[in-house]
Amino acid sequence: MRTVLVKRGPIPSWSRAVTPLGAIAVTLLLSAVPILIAGAPLFRSYGALFYGALGTRFNVLETLVKSSPLILTGLAVAFAFRAKFWNIGAEGQLLAGAIVATWIGVTFGSLPRFVMLPLVMVGGFFAGGLWAVIPAVLKTRLNVDDVVSTLLLNFVMIHIMGALLFGVLQKEGAGWPISEEIFDSAKYPFLLARSRFHLGIPLAFLLVFAVWFVNERTVFGYRSLAVGTNLHAARFAGIPTTRVIVMTAVISGGLAGLAGVGEVAAIQFHLLADISPGYGYTGIVIAMLGALHPLGVLLASLFFSVINVGAQTMSRMTGVPSYISGVIEGLSLIVMLVALLLNEYRLKVVAS
Amino acid sequence: MDVHSTTGNTPAVAMHGVTKRFLDNVANDSIDFSVGVGEICALLGENGAGKTTLMNILFGYYGADEGTIEVYGEPRTFTSPREAIAAGIGMVHQHFALVPTHTVLENVVVGTGKGLFLDRAGARSRLEALKERFRLSVPSDAPVWQLSIGEQQKVEILKALYRDSRILIMDEPTAVLSPSETPQLFRTLRTLTSGGRSVIFISHKLHEVMEIADRVVVLRNGQKVHERSTSDTTVQDLSRMMVGHEVRSNRTEPWHTGGATVCRIDGLSVEDDKELPAVDDLVLELREGEILGLAGVSGNGQTELCDALFGMRLPSAGAVRVVDRHGTVRVLEPGRPYAAVAAGMARIPEDRMHTGLMTSLTVEQNLVLESHAAPPWNRHGLLDWAGIGTHAEELIGAYNIRTQSRRERAGSLSGGNLQKVILARELSTNPRLIVASQPTRGLDVGAMESIHARLREERARGAAILLISDDLDEILQLSDRVAVMYEGRIMGEQTGGGIDREQIGLWMSGVVQ
Repeated sequence: MRTVLVKRGPIPSWSRAVTPLGAIAVTLLLSAVPILIAGAPLFRSYGALFYGALGTRFNVLETLVKSSPLILTGLAVAFAFRAKFWNIGAEGQLLAGAIVATWIGVTFGSLPRFVMLPLVMVGGFFAGGLWAVIPAVLKTRLNVDDVVSTLLLNFVMIHIMGALLFGVLQKEGAGWPISEEIFDSAKYPFLLARSRFHLGIPLAFLLVFAVWFVNERTVFGYRSLAVGTNLHAARFAGIPTTRVIVMTAVISGGLAGLAGVGEVAAIQFHLLADISPGYGYTGIVIAMLGALHPLGVLLASLFFSVINVGAQTMSRMTGVPSYISGVIEGLSLIVMLVALLLNEYRLKVVAS
Repeated sequence: MDVHSTTGNTPAVAMHGVTKRFLDNVANDSIDFSVGVGEICALLGENGAGKTTLMNILFGYYGADEGTIEVYGEPRTFTSPREAIAAGIGMVHQHFALVPTHTVLENVVVGTGKGLFLDRAGARSRLEALKERFRLSVPSDAPVWQLSIGEQQKVEILKALYRDSRILIMDEPTAVLSPSETPQLFRTLRTLTSGGRSVIFISHKLHEVMEIADRVVVLRNGQKVHERSTSDTTVQDLSRMMVGHEVRSNRTEPWHTGGATVCRIDGLSVEDDKELPAVDDLVLELREGEILGLAGVSGNGQTELCDALFGMRLPSAGAVRVVDRHGTVRVLEPGRPYAAVAAGMARIPEDRMHTGLMTSLTVEQNLVLESHAAPPWNRHGLLDWAGIGTHAEELIGAYNIRTQSRRERAGSLSGGNLQKVILARELSTNPRLIVASQPTRGLDVGAMESIHARLREERARGAAILLISDDLDEILQLSDRVAVMYEGRIMGEQTGGGIDREQIGLWMSGVVQ
């Protein structure tokens, strides 16, 4: 007896929509195993997890706070991958955005808020965007592999940030890598009382819609898809492929840059060496989990932040280490990839 | 049982009542098919008739839903090609499965070794013996990318023979060959069968089938409709059985005389990928209301010429002048595909799957690949999908594209319908100039006829058409003027009633008087 994969016929669209939900359910089922091994009661643990993430107004808002950088890096990666620009560099682009946002935020204190805020955002966007242009140009001009160049540029940016934090951006008299606090005019306003619910959250939701709109409705989105689908045929059709790839990189890097802006302007108010706990890399997982669709990215980001925030509470209430969130996230990706495979193929047992 | 000694009446392969369904589609409907020992049996049918499905079942890619298979009298079921190969069945696909950077020897032996080390000397002497015996001369140590398509096909055949295949399935083997390589393949096939091997020859080229096969089985819509010795049947019979209606084979239409010049190719020289001259100081003129057929054995610079005309390759010398939609003469900016699109050149590339279309996009998305950025579809950077949808529906109707809907992935259409998508996109703008490269390659007779009809209509409308094809019959059927390309140059040109097949054949083989 052997199991083989057999291609299915056309995939109904409802199946695409249900797949991520099914994948989440299976993930939670599989995650039960490590929770039980940790010796915690299963239902109480999951109860704690969901209570921690969604149980009170404050918890819900915290979960949303946590989701905004994930939405942005997820969108960044999904947008690039759709054009087959393999941007593994959202982490570096995020840092570039955070650095420039900090620099603007600590420098132009005299500017009024309505100038300062857009300036911080635009500056951070283009910082990330320009950092992504480097690998895009290397790819289109010199055929340099974008996976490698985007990945390695992350480490370049980490070290640039380190140099700045021990140099011109370092806080007066501080012995560790931290910048001055940015001026209040550069901080994202908080929109709801008694919470950290800030401007970056509705902005991220808006950008989900914006990316969807660009993808589905604009000439550029169509060209970007065409370039990603078949570069040769896109060139044949007269599409300016180099320009499309570079523009895609700018937007992708810019979205990641905005994630960095948010961390500086709404969460930390300083630049710190550990400003990002790997949001750029998590963005890759989220983009895949969301099947490169903006709505999928949104759902995957919310799922990840529920797990992340909830795992803290679960850990406190049941003693399961909060590292369980990493396990659940990892499992979710694997389950999703399998689910996507099973969407197109079915398993068939055959006599060998 | 020693299968190799089996002779007499036991066929090499006997398939009984084989049925295969894909969802609602019956690809094979209770088909009986057999090949005798030492026989060449042709499997004939239009695209989608079920030939490939039947052979994929025999070769173990799919299981049949019903029916049985016997190989040399022994009932077998294969669940993978590996098992079919072990039973002595070999398949040479239309698209070769060779590693271009590996040598012929390495390609032949790959996957056959047992244990950790490769017995190079043993493998080599075995390969040399096979080459000698079946007169398949290819350099054993040359990397495959250096070989011509015909030589690569020999490597595929050697691969099968090296694995002791006694039944060889050849999937459209002549589709990729140039006319001069085909007789050579046929000699090889005859050598194989005279040694007791059996060949299943999948094709839709009637003359070839008549020439090479002992027996022919015709499939249509998944059913076997005809089975006859080739000596007992005629080309007309076969074509009738295949498509269900008579297909003209001789030219009955008059020749047209061209009008004003629409395009002038002036001293064009183009290099190939290895930077060797492929097109050499080529001069051609295309005229209104005329089809200029560019005949020639494939590999004589046609691909590079097209690439240069389409803007996909930078010529090393020369210029292309085109009269655009507004009647102004423009020199095409070299190396820019958009320049050709903007000048109103309709381009039908030879590789429709990878150049002409994006198979994972929808039919509707494919229909606007070239026009999406211009009005009326582009409104300040936004695409008017509603308008595009209506436009797509119109084209699907007008060009009779068989698709579930305009939102269907192009990749699920048949080859003929894919080509119709390209034609619809390129011709719906009423171009003055059409460059069609191998427009019917790999298509079935029905699709071919409809594409020819379309080109005739375009000519009647007044378009200048450059038809590049290595199918000489196609050239002669359609062209009002024929030029022959040989080693990058034009050997000669003939017009209308003065077109002489024999002379063209001589030019194609490089003979000048």
